Amino acid sequence: MSRDNALVSADWAEKNLGQPGLVFVEVDEDTSAYNGGHLPGAIKIDWKTELQDQVRRDFVNKAQFEALLSRKGVANDDTVILYGGNNNWFAAYAYWYFKLYGHGQVKLLDGGRKKWELDNRPLVTEVPNRAETSYTAQEQDLTIRAFRDEVVAAIGAKNLIDVRSPDEYAGRLLAPAHLPQEQSQRAGHIPTALSVPWSKAANEDGTFKSDDDLRALYAEAGLDNGKSTIAYCRIGERSSHTWFALHELLGEADVKNYDGSWTEYGSLVGVPIALGDEPGKA
Amino acid sequence: MTATTISTCGAPAQAAPLPASVDLAKETVITGVVSADGAPVAGAYVRLLDASGEFTAEVVTSDEGVFRFFAAPGTWTLRALSRHGNGDAVVAADRGINEAAVPVSL
Repeated sequence: MSRDNALVSADWAEKNLGQPGLVFVEVDEDTSAYNGGHLPGAIKIDWKTELQDQVRRDFVNKAQFEALLSRKGVANDDTVILYGGNNNWFAAYAYWYFKLYGHGQVKLLDGGRKKWELDNRPLVTEVPNRAETSYTAQEQDLTIRAFRDEVVAAIGAKNLIDVRSPDEYAGRLLAPAHLPQEQSQRAGHIPTALSVPWSKAANEDGTFKSDDDLRALYAEAGLDNGKSTIAYCRIGERSSHTWFALHELLGEADVKNYDGSWTEYGSLVGVPIALGDEPGKA
Repeated sequence: MTATTISTCGAPAQAAPLPASVDLAKETVITGVVSADGAPVAGAYVRLLDASGEFTAEVVTSDEGVFRFFAAPGTWTLRALSRHGNGDAVVAADRGINEAAVPVSL
C-alpha cells in the first residue's frame, strides 16, 4: 500500500464527485452531521448501529456486512471513498472494516469532514438513491485484527502502540476529554506499550502528515521495524487511524488493530497494567 | 443524546444539558463559547490541548457556539479552527464547571 492508493485529497474528491464507480461514504457516529449536510452523492454508514452487532460486542458478521452493502447500493467493483468527522477516526475504522472483509478499492478522504468544511467545499442535504446490489464479502482477514490473548502474549515481544492521549495512557483520564470519565475498567496502559497519540500522525486540519514525518514519528517513539505491531486505543477507532498510517501509508508489513482496546483490556481479570508516563516492564 | 454515548468515542451534542450521571464533584468540565467579533461561531472545531501542548480531544461547537470537555484539574489550552478564523485560550481548571471564551479572528 502507499499514499497514492490509500488516500485522496479534498481537491481530487471535489473534482471527482459523481463519477460512476466511485461511492463516497460518510461514517460518523453523529448522524446529525450527515443529515445537516454531506458531500454531494455521499451515502451514510452508522458505525455503531450498522457495523456493530447489536447484541454481542463484535462486528457485524460476513452475511450482515454483505446485506448492509447490498442495501446501501455498494458493488464489489466500486471504489469506496470514506470520510467523516473526529479527524476521520470512524472513517478509518470503517476503512479497516472494508479491508477486513476484503473490499477491493477503498480510500480515505484526507482531512475528512473537517478540512472539507473549513475549505468551504459544497455540502448538500439531498440523500442519493442507489440501486440495491448483490455484494459478496470475503472471510475476515485476521492478519489485520488482534484479539486479547494475542495482545497479552505481545507484551515485551511485539511493538504495542497506545494511541490514546497522554493522560489516558498514564491513567489520569479514562476516556477522551469530551466524554464523562466514570467507567468500570481500570486506568493505565498495557506494559511495554509505546505512547504515540494518534493526533501526532495528523495535522491540525485533520490531514495525515507526510510519509517522512510519519516515519520519523514512529522511529523516535522507539518502534522496532523488525517486529510486528499491534495498535490499540479505547474502543479501536483511533487505533484504526494509526493502523492506517502504519500499514496503508508507510506500508509496514505486519500491523494489527486491537479493536477490543482499553475497554476490553482494562476490564480483564489478572492482566498486567502499567501506570504513569513510562511504558513499564514486561 | 442517550447515556449510550458513554460507550463511544464520539462527542455528544455540545449544547445538550449535562447528563444526570455526571457528578460535578468528580468531573472537571471546561465549557464556553467560540466567538468572532462578539458573535457565536457554530461549527467551529475546538481542540483541548494538555499542558505539554498535546491533543486531548476535539469537539464541534453547537449552533450557539458552545463547546464542552470533561478533563481533569490543571492547565489546558483551547484551540479553535473555523471559517471565521482561528484562536486560542488558556484555562486553569478545577473540579466542577470551568468557563472559558475562545475568540477567533482571521
